[in-house]
Amino acid sequence: MLTYIIRRLLLVPLLLFGVTVLIFAMLQFLTPVERSALYVRDIPKNENAIAGIIKQYGLDRPLYEQYWRWLVGRVDGITGERKGGIMFGDFGYSRTASQPVVDLIRNRFPNTLDLTIWAVAPVILVGIWLGVQAAVHQNGFIDQAARMFSIVGTSFPTFVFGLLMLMLFYANLQWFPPGRISDWANQVVFTDDFRHYTNLLTFDSLLNGRLDIFWDALRHMLMPILTLSYLSWATFLRVTRSSMLETLRMEYVTTARAKGLPERDVIFKHAQPNAMIPVVTLAGFSVVSLLGGVVITETVFNYPGIGQAAANAAAQLDVITVLGFALFNGFILIVSNLVVDVLYAVVDPRVRLS
Amino acid sequence: MTETTPSGDNTLLRETAAIREIGRLERFLGPENYRIMVGLLKTPASIIGFVLIGVFIIIALAAPVIAPPVTPNDPYKIPRDGFSSEPQPMGSPWTRKTPPVPFWYEPIMGTDQWVHILGTSQGQYDVFYGIIWGTRTAFRTGLIVTIATFLIGIIIGSVSAYYGGIVDNIIMRVVDIFLTLPFILAALILAAVLTPRIGKSLFPAIIALVTFGWMGYARIIRGDILSIKERDYIMAARVIGVKDSRILFRHIIPNAIFPTLVLASLAIGDVVLSFAALSFLGIGTEVGYADWGQVLSFARNWITSLNTYWYIVVWPGLTLVLYVMGFNLVGDALRDVLDPRMRGKS
Repeated sequence: MLTYIIRRLLLVPLLLFGVTVLIFAMLQFLTPVERSALYVRDIPKNENAIAGIIKQYGLDRPLYEQYWRWLVGRVDGITGERKGGIMFGDFGYSRTASQPVVDLIRNRFPNTLDLTIWAVAPVILVGIWLGVQAAVHQNGFIDQAARMFSIVGTSFPTFVFGLLMLMLFYANLQWFPPGRISDWANQVVFTDDFRHYTNLLTFDSLLNGRLDIFWDALRHMLMPILTLSYLSWATFLRVTRSSMLETLRMEYVTTARAKGLPERDVIFKHAQPNAMIPVVTLAGFSVVSLLGGVVITETVFNYPGIGQAAANAAAQLDVITVLGFALFNGFILIVSNLVVDVLYAVVDPRVRLS
Repeated sequence: MTETTPSGDNTLLRETAAIREIGRLERFLGPENYRIMVGLLKTPASIIGFVLIGVFIIIALAAPVIAPPVTPNDPYKIPRDGFSSEPQPMGSPWTRKTPPVPFWYEPIMGTDQWVHILGTSQGQYDVFYGIIWGTRTAFRTGLIVTIATFLIGIIIGSVSAYYGGIVDNIIMRVVDIFLTLPFILAALILAAVLTPRIGKSLFPAIIALVTFGWMGYARIIRGDILSIKERDYIMAARVIGVKDSRILFRHIIPNAIFPTLVLASLAIGDVVLSFAALSFLGIGTEVGYADWGQVLSFARNWITSLNTYWYIVVWPGLTLVLYVMGFNLVGDALRDVLDPRMRGKS
């Protein structure tokens, strides 16, 4: 177990190096002047000043030097102030948001996390339950419905689904508005009485005992949650189903039945734990695909998370900002993949012993 | 081949002849690939899928007849009927620069006045025209991206599997790195980086989708080759001293490629989805380019009044869904054929 985890940990620096090189390579499509936004807030118009900045930050130096500078930044000889340096959390300045990219991410990420938590948790719980039911009652109603749904569902692009939801539930029925929160609630949130414990709006409003704000936030999130997760429902169901079917055919399950255990125990105590192994991997992948999915979902619903910010920046060709988001996403995904792999070893002895 | 008893009955003879004819195809494809083909052609879902794909191919081929362009030199520019931002309802007449009326229009509609059949979107872009010519865009981008990712994936995956050892290890780590970023985000970034350099066209998005799209094929073909590499006939070829490249290209790849090839041909639907997503976000093509994502993105500014302007979402959305569904139906049947465990009866 320990050697497995150590071997897996050794992969992390490699992945970090690879991802940073990949993003650095994309930076090279920019001119040195555009790249100077990595270090300075306002790029001057004056040509001499631009040349000075390029020289100061070594933007015309060989690639490996530039890469190193990009990683650690440049410490000013006189003031001792560090400019740039992604290792120290400085991703440069966002032209479109007129603030450092890191601040933009810090403001936006809690909203995305809030949305993702609500989009993941119900899917995993209900999806697994439905999948087990579909396997136990094979070719029954849930099974057939899931099959139909997953074919139709995978053919619906996220943005078409989102736009149709908006058309139906916002424009026609006026039930669920887009955006993050209503104006009246927003005013409450920015008063001093409202304590920000976690920065996640739904959890903060619960901790503050403001059920009205919680409901308002959830009302705004319901359509994005469904849009983000409608594909995962079917995927979780189908993977759980096929894994469960396979497990139910194993001999130890027959043994359990033969010795007279009640069917409930056979299914939930003996078969299900083993059938969950592929589902753990899937849960990891679904975090990855959700982080990709928020780009479109948040844009459609005008939801102020990192995905919307990334899409806006990309549409206005503000590459520094977009690459900052890519870096941030890369870090999150490397860490969450690590967690998934370790969890995988915990649940499946075959992985850690091989 | 099935045993048939000789008899004077004509129908039986014809059936036997039919079996022989398919038998030739079977010999050509090999028994396993033949089974895949037959499985696909027998599933009702995949037949519906094939029909949908066929309809879209016809629309793409017949685009100039279905929706004649105003400017034949630049048919992918959706014609505009004015510049007002508010969408016009379905069936409203053209007021300026009316395109030529196609021959099928008068017998069906009973008039020779060309109207906006599916209305206009923001900026008076004709929705019908965008959908029809967008079909061509969909096939073009789908084919280019699929072929390119397929070739890159095949080359990288087979090199990786054939040489094994450290080469394999390095290549697979590179694959891991490319897979670290979520696909659509990675493609979004690369397209945004490329657009200022090579200008607004189909290409930034195409290059981005290719760059981050080949890894799946590389992995699949690698697995298939690893299993074929161990077969006796490869060993035999090695023993008699056949060159590495010849073994790889003449003996291994032709035997390993079929499942990947079929998967690739079905990926055209997914590629179009990603491409439409990028242009929906405003990356890639010029505003007004005939592309489904572009047509849908016009709706982004009208979400408060989609109850009135529903046609600017529903028609292009439905087109995209049907297109992708065509490929998905065939793909789903294919998965069943390739994986017998997933078959309904087990």
